[in-house]
Amino acid sequence: MRWLERMVDCIRPWLITLAVLLLTGLAVPTPVLAVQPDEMLEDPVLEARAREISQGLRCLVCQNENIDDSNADLARDLRLLVRERLQAGDSDEEVVDFIVGRYTEYVLLKPRTSGSALVLWLAGPVMLLLGLGLGVGYVRSRSRRGSDPEGLSEEEEARLKEILGN
Amino acid sequence: MITELGHFALILAFAVALFQAVVPLVGAYRRWPGWMAAAEPAAICQALLVAFAFAALTWAFVTSDFSLRLVWANSHSAKPMLYKVTGVWGNHEGSMLLWSLILALFGAAAALFGDNLPATFRARVLGVQGMIGLAFLGFLLFTSNPFLRLAVPPFDGQDLNPLLQDPGLAFHPPFLYLGYVGLSMSFSFAVAALIEGRVDAAWGRWVRPWTLAAWMFLTVGIALGSWWAYYELGWGGFWFWDPVENASFMPWLIAAALLHSAIVVEKRESLKAWTVLLAIIAFGFSLIGAFITRSGVITSVHAFANDPERGVVLLAITGVFMGGALTLFAFRADDMASKGVFGVVSRETALVLNNILLGVAAFVVFVGTIWPLVSEMAFDRKLSVGAPFFDMAFTPFMVALGVILPVGALLPWKRAKAGRALRRLVPAALLALAVGALLYALQSGRSALGPLGLMLGTWLVAGAATDLWVRKGNGGLGRLRRLPRADWGRVVAHAGLGVCIAGISAMLAWQQEDIRVVQVGDRVELAGYALTLEAVNRVDGPNYVSTMADVALSRDGNAIGTLHPEKRVYPVAGMPTTEAAIDNGVMRDIYVALGDPQEGGGWAMRSYYKPLANWIWGGALLMALGGGLSLSDRRYRVAAGAAKAPRTEGVPAE
Repeated sequence: MRWLERMVDCIRPWLITLAVLLLTGLAVPTPVLAVQPDEMLEDPVLEARAREISQGLRCLVCQNENIDDSNADLARDLRLLVRERLQAGDSDEEVVDFIVGRYTEYVLLKPRTSGSALVLWLAGPVMLLLGLGLGVGYVRSRSRRGSDPEGLSEEEEARLKEILGN
Repeated sequence: MITELGHFALILAFAVALFQAVVPLVGAYRRWPGWMAAAEPAAICQALLVAFAFAALTWAFVTSDFSLRLVWANSHSAKPMLYKVTGVWGNHEGSMLLWSLILALFGAAAALFGDNLPATFRARVLGVQGMIGLAFLGFLLFTSNPFLRLAVPPFDGQDLNPLLQDPGLAFHPPFLYLGYVGLSMSFSFAVAALIEGRVDAAWGRWVRPWTLAAWMFLTVGIALGSWWAYYELGWGGFWFWDPVENASFMPWLIAAALLHSAIVVEKRESLKAWTVLLAIIAFGFSLIGAFITRSGVITSVHAFANDPERGVVLLAITGVFMGGALTLFAFRADDMASKGVFGVVSRETALVLNNILLGVAAFVVFVGTIWPLVSEMAFDRKLSVGAPFFDMAFTPFMVALGVILPVGALLPWKRAKAGRALRRLVPAALLALAVGALLYALQSGRSALGPLGLMLGTWLVAGAATDLWVRKGNGGLGRLRRLPRADWGRVVAHAGLGVCIAGISAMLAWQQEDIRVVQVGDRVELAGYALTLEAVNRVDGPNYVSTMADVALSRDGNAIGTLHPEKRVYPVAGMPTTEAAIDNGVMRDIYVALGDPQEGGGWAMRSYYKPLANWIWGGALLMALGGGLSLSDRRYRVAAGAAKAPRTEGVPAE
């Protein structure tokens, strides 16, 4: 059961973080609700970019929520950080790189297409090719059993009629 | 006392399940009629016992018996009655009891309605069903017993998680479980057929109604969950690609593939091995879903009440059933050679393509869901896989499926002419193109998602209408009414998919939002509507305190109504929730959520204009309705009724 221990070990820090955050979080009267009006930038273009970036970043203390939707304080800090970098003139990529540099790639909801994550990205297309290959093989094997005893095609039926009738 | 009786009934049910898992299978192997016939009363008896246990637990919740640990941890005397009842399955132990109950009920239904099955086959189906029952009742009794008492009963309970105190979520688990567990029937039929060594057209006909029922319930369950997320979480998202959502979506996709391939088995005696494999995998995904939800190894917003130890037991159950069934499959695969012969262009081929696309789509969801775990364990690389990945990796398969669907539905069996089907679809294609082009011209300069999505939706709905038109032939409208229900079911379900796709793309593409601080009396303009915050009041609910706003909604000066978004605090659970207020409409929803009071006075308010929002769940309901129509088709009713006659004749002989 070593793998199990490994698995539990993997999630333990997160459970502890979560527990601590839940406990400390309860001291705050009410949680903030996702993006707040006071966080938003004046410039609508910049703000739209900030929203777009936020939706691809994970709230690290939440369970599978992006920082744009999350109520957590850390998500708010990250939202403000994103806006700060944008106002400093960073491009979208630079902002994301900055955040990843600080919080590792765990923060990205869309994993990068590099290294072992390539397996994840290629799993679908490879499986589709495999499935299509098998499917084509199956359909051909079924259609090649030429002399079908139970059914005639429309042409065959027409031809039969022609021979018998006329 | 009632609690102890319930506990005892559960232990008896475990014993009965053990009996049901052994005796009928031995009987079928030895051809002993008495032993085979034991399956039926055992299945019914098991269902009655589990139902009694469930009733006993419900009674404890309804009467707020806090001497029960489970009731104390998940209920409160001030909680409304509805949520006292639904609180029974709002926790791990209770929800597993509900799972076992539904499992036993399906078993009993197979015993009652299975008269048309051959004796050995029925004994084996019920035997396998007994094994699954045994595993879950054992799991319940030994790791998650709901009937444990507290030595010193507390004065009051800790209340149910407030997020779960909601009508949408109250009925979401029972429907989902009806779906998950319904797939156990397909599994039992598959394994029984493998033991029997025979899969034929009749098998396809038996397995399809069970799969249809399961898929239908799963559709409703998923739609309810998504609808709940939409109005409860405060920003109107409807799907988050959360591991637990994925856990319900994978069996849904596989069940959809299965009910299509079962038609090929039924009508054409082809694709047999593949269909049996799908039946096994579909239930496998249900079990994996239970594992993901209950173990919490993959973090998720849904993970209330879970622990890894229990997860291991569920993983073991999954392993044993999947391993056993797949081994059996490996031994028997050669006995299931296809019989039917068909041309490259035919409905068979279209359904093979349908199965490939649905299968690969389910596979993508599966890989994406477990990848964080795999990546961390195998590559020591911690990463997240979230909505942006799934949107990108999953959507193409669904689009491809949508594009080929209307064509496939029009192709005849065996051998078809592609040109003929395509010619009939010209009006549908033109309509779809026109809709797409018109919307593209109207929206000027935004992403192509909306027009393309609505084009696909129109193509599917118009394709379904064409299907109906072709089926009608020259028979006039009267012929429409006499069409088999299965035809109606197919058309309605396919149109439902189109409606759903249209709703999703419209909402994603054209949603408008407004987030700002408003003072009482302020007006917000949004997509031609005006929202005025008129008042914010404190309102006391039965077990919560609410801050409720009155927001007047109007358009061009005409009042539409008043919306009441709320922020609630549940003091016992110590948890706040947001209750968004929605003005529902066919073409759009206006969605308002109240945020926090601001330091300088006023309130944060989020307002959304969500076009075609209700089409998402409407489409899902249409799909479920289509499933229901197919289920009520004459050939299943006849199959069930035909066997009644010989049985009545058989009575005097006994």
